[in-house]
Amino acid sequence: MISNALPLSLVNNPLLSQWLAFERPGVVRITTGKVEIGQGILTALTQIAAEELDVEVEQIHLVSGETDSCPAEGFSSGSYSVSVGGGSLRIVCAEARALFLAALADRLGCTTADLAVERGRFLHAGQDCGHDYWSMAANVPLERRALGTTPAKRPADYRIVGRSLPRVDLPAKLRGGGFIHDMAPADCLHARVLRQPWRDAELVELDEAAVHKAAGAPIDILRIGNFAAFTSASEIAVMRAAETARLKARWAAGQQVSDNIGEAAWLKAQPSRDRTVETRGSGQVTAGTPVKADFWRPFLTYGSIGPSCGLAEFADGKLKVWTHCQGPAVLHEWIASALGMTLSDVIVFHRQGAGAYGHNTADDAAFDAAFIATRLPGRTVRVMWSREDEFEAAPVSPAMAIELSAVIGPDGRPSDWTTEIWSPPHAQRPGMNGNSNLLASYALPGAVPRKPIDDVAEDRGGGATRNALPIYDLPRHRLIHHMLPDVPLRTSSLRGLGAWANVYAIECFVDELAEAAGEDSLSYRLSMLSDPRAKRVLETVADMSGWFDKRNSDDGSACGIGFARYKNIAAYCAVIVEATVEETVRLKRIWCAADAGLVINPDGVRNQIEGAIIQGASFVLRESVRFENGRVATNSWQDYPILRFSDVPVIDIQLVDTPNEPTLGVGECGVGPAGAAIGNAVARALGVRIRKLPLTRENITSQLEQA
Amino acid sequence: MMVERIEFVVNGVQARVEVDSTTPLLAVLREALNLRGSKFGCGTEQCGACMVLVDGKPVYSCTREVGSVAGRTVMTIEALSHDDERHPLQQAFIDEQAGQCGYCLSGILISSVALLERNKAPTREEVIAALEPHLCRCGIHNRAIRAVQKAGTVLASAPSK
Repeated sequence: MISNALPLSLVNNPLLSQWLAFERPGVVRITTGKVEIGQGILTALTQIAAEELDVEVEQIHLVSGETDSCPAEGFSSGSYSVSVGGGSLRIVCAEARALFLAALADRLGCTTADLAVERGRFLHAGQDCGHDYWSMAANVPLERRALGTTPAKRPADYRIVGRSLPRVDLPAKLRGGGFIHDMAPADCLHARVLRQPWRDAELVELDEAAVHKAAGAPIDILRIGNFAAFTSASEIAVMRAAETARLKARWAAGQQVSDNIGEAAWLKAQPSRDRTVETRGSGQVTAGTPVKADFWRPFLTYGSIGPSCGLAEFADGKLKVWTHCQGPAVLHEWIASALGMTLSDVIVFHRQGAGAYGHNTADDAAFDAAFIATRLPGRTVRVMWSREDEFEAAPVSPAMAIELSAVIGPDGRPSDWTTEIWSPPHAQRPGMNGNSNLLASYALPGAVPRKPIDDVAEDRGGGATRNALPIYDLPRHRLIHHMLPDVPLRTSSLRGLGAWANVYAIECFVDELAEAAGEDSLSYRLSMLSDPRAKRVLETVADMSGWFDKRNSDDGSACGIGFARYKNIAAYCAVIVEATVEETVRLKRIWCAADAGLVINPDGVRNQIEGAIIQGASFVLRESVRFENGRVATNSWQDYPILRFSDVPVIDIQLVDTPNEPTLGVGECGVGPAGAAIGNAVARALGVRIRKLPLTRENITSQLEQA
Repeated sequence: MMVERIEFVVNGVQARVEVDSTTPLLAVLREALNLRGSKFGCGTEQCGACMVLVDGKPVYSCTREVGSVAGRTVMTIEALSHDDERHPLQQAFIDEQAGQCGYCLSGILISSVALLERNKAPTREEVIAALEPHLCRCGIHNRAIRAVQKAGTVLASAPSK
């Protein structure tokens, strides 16, 4: 391997010593910039490190997301953590092991081929030779660049990777612990922050007397510009204060939004930056029958069950921040910048929170706490968000309009395909486009004006355009992207970004084309796939579900299929859904086959895929953010129903075994295919295609009336 | 608001707090009693993260006023395990790896305790009915259902204490 092929995390953190240390005898200290957000990454990284070092998993002490000691690895997002973070760790650990063995061979006058490692102890000709990583550590300096030249283990030799190690974080969580929300030092000062109801809103009036009265216990009010925070030794007091303030504050100016924001016609009427990319083929459009279909998805929110929490302490000019964000190193930089502090005076510590399915308010809560702490030195400030603010002030996942058009050749297959997308950007995390994107920083006087925004670059998978290129063998494909830069909402990343809506649209459209050609929709797909791994995944799910034996049954249920390879570079995933449509859509059964290359933890992968399927089903069946009175009007689970226990059917998942292929990111691969499969099942059950999401009773009824 | 002295039993231990009786039970558990296993999720009985047992019945502690539990018994997630010994439900959730982020688990385990207390062999539908008040965003529903059924089997075969 040549050095410029090193994974990005290793390029940015090149020294072995940035990743591992042998300090306490018997324990390997592994440091990572990737963080646990519910996806099981800490377990997978532990397995990779233990495997390559030949130690046991319980010998690994993993430190994650602490900026004073861990490598800076950007965000834990985009299904990159195992492939990039884990890939880096594999190289580092293999190289460290080789350095130790070379040093030992030198000392013993033997070759490394005579040596082996067991539980971190070194064996010579099968016998313990009295040396181990810890006794030799002083002789093997790790302050050297990783070269990436040491071969890692062959998958056939794995004893830890590929096994379903139980999640390392679960036992504590099952006892009710393990969350940042549970940190509350004795002298902790609880805080709540009043949120602006829309961008740049000015706080005209706040009845502080009413707020004090509602608190029921002594609180302090910190007001600066359009920022207001309530602090107290009592959490319930600040909760009550903040709730009253939320209802009583009067706001003016700023950028209110219209009730119809995000509707297809609205999106298409916005100023846009347009680009046309000939993604495949070029030249003259071929002759044939033109077909076209318009799809739409609304704004969504990520909907973590636990509202965000952040803690901070400012003492002697140094700021410590505890957060459950996705990118501690990035947050570190932007908190320092927003507070005008030097980087070395700020440390960010990752602690676990409720699941992050994308850019949530964790960074905002951390910055809230950090800012308040700088005003109240010496105290540990703990900020928690309310459920209402979680809906109203969180980043939103963009509404999108998607138009697909194709020219169908004499063989019934598309000879030409155009995907046209209207969407605001799917990424406004801290630091993106040079903006802090930390909510409270824009309420403070002298806020740095927002710089123009753009979407995720194509080489990072794109945002709205993610998975816009169908996986099928199309002789010609054109992408027209209308990026809407002026939507006054913090539009950002939710699991899969634009991919799930694009996959929904593409897979529905492919079903329509198959139907027009009079062919089975799964066979039709197979006929347009030359990638053998793609075909195998589809064939596997067909076998699992008995697809070719199934026809619409008498009870009105129908099956639909959805397939994609996430970002066209990560895991392959095919889903078949059996559903009925009566009063509402009911899911009866789901089957899924996926190919994720070398799998570190098969049960962890199945857990992630099942979660993605359920979340994708929830997006498509239920979810939509409403706007009213210039702002987000959704502020409770009643307004934003998600799938519940009674909605979830039995789900079978099978991983296609390809251990000699590189690990493919898996966390997001199921979302799009699950939604698409539901769309196709519903279309079969109804005989009418529903192109406007979500597939609620109201939307289905209104689209049936138009049909 | 008036501060009152309120007594109740939490996890087998007598608790005595001096608070405004309208304070939510959850706030008292987490703040005054330092029992942080029950989670704040919504504050409006819509997600189930805060579920505790009051006299054996699942109750949303985020809205339940502490004054109303005076003289009653409250059970939280902390009561499930002692030292290294796990409750069969905790073990079954580990066996099934029924967890991703884990934030909803405290409440789900509490409702499961109440279910298995009255029915140690619940059908899938019965588990679903018991867990319906709980939201899980990660998608562990099927694993949780299997874990509850498995724990029921273990409890049914265990000698009663």
